[in-house]
Amino acid sequence: MATEAGAVSPAGYITHHLQHWTVGEGFWTVNVDTVLYSAVLGAIFLFFFRMAAKSATADVPGKLQNFVEILVDFVDNSVKESFHGKDKLIAPLALTIFVWVFLWNFMDLIPVDLLPTFATWVGSTFFGADPHHVYHRVVPSADMSATFGLSMSVFLLIFVYGFRGKGAIKFSKEFLFHPFDHFLFIPFNLVLNVVEYLAKPVSLSLRLFGNLYAGELVFILIALFTLQATEVSVMNMGLGLAQFIAGFAWALFHILVITLQAFVFMTLTIVYLSMAYEDH
Amino acid sequence: MGVNATLLVQMAVFAAFVWFTMKFVWPPITKAMEERQTRISEGLAAAERGTRELANAQGEKDAVLREAREQAANIVAQANARHAEIVEEAKSAAQAEADRIQAGAQAELDQQVAQAREALRAQVATLAVEGAGRVINKELDASAHGALLDDLAARL
Repeated sequence: MATEAGAVSPAGYITHHLQHWTVGEGFWTVNVDTVLYSAVLGAIFLFFFRMAAKSATADVPGKLQNFVEILVDFVDNSVKESFHGKDKLIAPLALTIFVWVFLWNFMDLIPVDLLPTFATWVGSTFFGADPHHVYHRVVPSADMSATFGLSMSVFLLIFVYGFRGKGAIKFSKEFLFHPFDHFLFIPFNLVLNVVEYLAKPVSLSLRLFGNLYAGELVFILIALFTLQATEVSVMNMGLGLAQFIAGFAWALFHILVITLQAFVFMTLTIVYLSMAYEDH
Repeated sequence: MGVNATLLVQMAVFAAFVWFTMKFVWPPITKAMEERQTRISEGLAAAERGTRELANAQGEKDAVLREAREQAANIVAQANARHAEIVEEAKSAAQAEADRIQAGAQAELDQQVAQAREALRAQVATLAVEGAGRVINKELDASAHGALLDDLAARL
């Protein structure tokens, strides 16, 4: 950790940063940090939105309501652009995905050592944990389990919408006779469609995960500039300045990335569900 | 790295969040937005209606004013005509009266002239007879020369 500068090797620092706080063994491991942060972020999202919804008025809206309405309107327009059926679920789903994923991604902009250092302090002070074994990753979208959790939910919904929009028979028929409408091609179509359908959740979650994992990693690497600084020297000050500039530039660029990734996840979810729901 | 049971927890949490959003967040907000939308469009329609009504009232006002002006002009024209008529009537009545008076005077004058002439004639006859009597110194028999005298008198 940066607080114990000098005693930590860069490799150790990086690997420590990429370890989850876990409970359980093997597959039945739960990344407590991911669950905790995503749940808290979701709760913050719902708290503010529920507050706005409760006091929502058709009169002159307040600032919070304005903000929420801008988001709701933006999501609603995105949904209406590609989804033409009447559906109560898809727009709230898209809103939840957009805001939640954005908040996940936003955690990447919080200085990499801030929350882990705090967690280490809490863990070692109140729970008597070994500071070297307090692991803490604060960006849920840099955890594949979290991004797959979202995309698998979307994957299940693709089938739900497929059955609801086209009916089980038509949906299955499309699975077997699309793109080549001949019974000899059924096995081929089947393989093709399975791959196509599996590609959707995989690409959804890996895109988000890849972007945010890389972003987090770059922030960790930027933090290495002054990791081993033990004294005030010209070189260390130069390194500190370089770290500041690099961190500033990357964070600035990352503002774009985190918003864009949240938007892409939401838009693709809407598109996939519309494709499943409607006839081509 | 890799995927573990966190996935299942995340899916459950996600489902709960989506359910909450769908139930308690989305409907009130969209309802308020739609309400405001209808309210604004109603307001705009009302404003439009107001403008149209104002234009209508303006037209109506113009029409009423024009009509009033026309009526006033009519009344003035009628009054003028009536006035001319009365003047005319008075004039003709006066003329008739004047004519009548004149005619009466004329008749009286004529009568008086005739009476005077008659009287003169009678006197002339007597004078003539007297004159002639004196000239011839003898009484003329008035009855014998009556025809002659009358003829003389008629010539005067």
